[in-house]
Amino acid sequence: MSMNRSAVIFAWLLLAPALLYVAVIVAYPLVETFILSFTDASLKKTTDWVGWVNYEKIFNATFAEVIGRTFLWTFFSVSLKMIIGVFGASMLNSAVPGRALFRILTMPPWIVPMAIGIFMWGWMYNGQFGMISGLLQNFGIVDGPVAFLARGETAFWATIITDVWIGVPMVTIYMLAAMQSVPQDLYEAAWTDGAGRIYRFRRITLPLLVPAMITMSMLSLIATFNSFDIIWILTRGGPSGETTTMIIDTYRVAIGSYKYGEGAARAVLICLFLSVFCFCYFRVTSRLGQNR
Amino acid sequence: MNNKAMIHRYHWYEYVGIYLGIFLFLAFVLAPFVEGFMVSLKPLGLLFSSPYRFWPQNGSFNAYFTMWESVPGFARYIFNSFLISTIVTIVVLILVVPAAYAFARFEFRGAGVMLGTFLAVNMFSGAVLLIPLYRLMRSMGVLNTYFAMIVPGVAFLIPSAIWLLRTYMMRIPRELDEAAWVDGASKLYTLRRVILPIAMPGIIVVAMTTFIGSYAQQFIFALTFNSKTDYMPLAVGLFAYFGRQEVVWNELMAASFVGIAPAIILIFFLQRYLVAGLTAGAVKQ
Repeated sequence: MSMNRSAVIFAWLLLAPALLYVAVIVAYPLVETFILSFTDASLKKTTDWVGWVNYEKIFNATFAEVIGRTFLWTFFSVSLKMIIGVFGASMLNSAVPGRALFRILTMPPWIVPMAIGIFMWGWMYNGQFGMISGLLQNFGIVDGPVAFLARGETAFWATIITDVWIGVPMVTIYMLAAMQSVPQDLYEAAWTDGAGRIYRFRRITLPLLVPAMITMSMLSLIATFNSFDIIWILTRGGPSGETTTMIIDTYRVAIGSYKYGEGAARAVLICLFLSVFCFCYFRVTSRLGQNR
Repeated sequence: MNNKAMIHRYHWYEYVGIYLGIFLFLAFVLAPFVEGFMVSLKPLGLLFSSPYRFWPQNGSFNAYFTMWESVPGFARYIFNSFLISTIVTIVVLILVVPAAYAFARFEFRGAGVMLGTFLAVNMFSGAVLLIPLYRLMRSMGVLNTYFAMIVPGVAFLIPSAIWLLRTYMMRIPRELDEAAWVDGASKLYTLRRVILPIAMPGIIVVAMTTFIGSYAQQFIFALTFNSKTDYMPLAVGLFAYFGRQEVVWNELMAASFVGIAPAIILIFFLQRYLVAGLTAGAVKQ
C-alpha cells in the first residue's frame, strides 16, 4: 500500500496524543535528569553548574561494588526467572486434565499488588517465626533460627528469590504462548518418525523458542535492573549495604539525602547501562531476523 | 486426527512426572499466599511463638473483622486503588488505540524509530526519573492529589499497551480497511466503525493488563508523590498495619486478601480473554 501525503499526516495525528504525553512525562524529565547531573542541585535555594564533579565522585571502590552487585543480582534473577518460567510453561503446555486451572493459578504473583507479595515473603523470611526458618528447623536442617534478611549473603539471595517469584508468571505465560504457536505438524512429523517426547522438546520446541526467550529475557532484564519495591520493602538495601543495587543507591542519594545532582548522575549511569543492553538486544534480534 | 489423539497420550510415569512438576512449580508460586492465609487465621499472640506451626491453632476469621476497626480508612484505600486504576486505564486506552492503529496500518517514515522510542520508555523506570518528575508534578500543582499517581502512571503503561495492541491489530485483514475506503468512508470513520469493533477482544486484553499494571505495580509514585492519607492506594495504605511497636501481621494478611479479592475475581471472569489475547498478541513478531 503506497502511502500518500494525507495518510501520513493522518498517521501522525493518530500518534500525536500518545507521543506528546510520553514526551512531557518521560522525555522531558529524562533531559532534566541529564542536566541536573552536572549541577549540585539539592534542597538549598541556589543551584550551580559543577561539570563532571558528580561523576568523579561516583567512581570509588564502594560504587564499583554496587555496580558489581547489581550485575550479579540481575544475572541470577533473570536466569532463574527464565529457567523456572520455561520449566513451568512446558509443564503447563502438556495435555493433562486440570491444566486450565493450573494456568490461572500461575497468575497471582503478577496480579497482586507487589507490596502485598513482598510483605508475605518478608514474613516467611522472618527468623523467629517465619515459615522457611521454621520448616528448616523442624526438619533439622539448621540448628537455630535463621534471620534471612539480617545477614548479607542470605539477604542477597532472599531478595533475588522474591524478585524471581514476582517475575515468573509473566515469563511462564509468555513462553507458554510461544510454545503454543509452534506448528503442531512439526511434532506430528517427528512423532511419526518415532521421536520421543524429550527428543521432540529438545530438537523442535527449544530451538523455535529462542526468539521468544531472547525477547523475554531482555524485557525481564530491564525490569530486574530497575527493581526497586522488593529490595526497598524487604531490606532497604541493608544489612550494611549488602543488597544495595544501583537503583536503591540512586533513590537513597537523591530522595533520601536530597542530593539531587549526585542522584541524577547515578540515574544517568543506569540509563547508560540499559541503553547498552538494548543496543546489544537489537543487534542480536536483527541478526536473527536476517538469518531467516 | 488419529495422530493428534495418539501424540498426547502419556504413559503413567509421564503423568506422574508432569503432575509432580506442576506441583513443584505451583508450590513455589502459591506458597506465600498459602502461608499468608494461614497467618491471617492465627491469633496474634500465637503468631509470635516458636516452634513454628504451619496449621493455625485456635484459628479464626477474627482478623477479617478487626482489621476494619484498626485501620478505619481501609475501605477507602481499596476504593482509591480502583479509582486510580480505572482512570489510568481509560486514559491509556484513549491514547493507545489510535497510536496502535497508526503503527499497525501505516508505513510512514520514522515508524520503526517511533516504535523503538516508545519501547525505550520501559527502560526508564519511575525510580530513575523520580527527581524531575517530582518537580514536574509540583509545578503542575498536582502533588498530593489523585493526579500525582495517575499522570506518571499512564506514561509508563503506554509502551506495552501500544506494543500489545499493535500486534493484535496487525492480524486484522487489511482488505477490511481498504473496502471501507473504497466505499468512501473517511479514515477516522473506518477506525471507529470497522476496526474498533473487530479489535475489541484485543482492546479488552490491553485494558486488563493496564488495569493490573496500575493496580499492582505503582507503589513508588504513591510513596513519593502523595502524602495525603485520603488518597493513598492499597499498596501504601497497608503500611498502616505497621504499628509503632509491632506489625499486626494477621490483620495485615487479612487486609491483603480482602484488598486483592476484587482483582482476583475480575481476572477469574476475564482470564479466558487474557490467555487467548496474550497468546495472540505477544508472540507474533
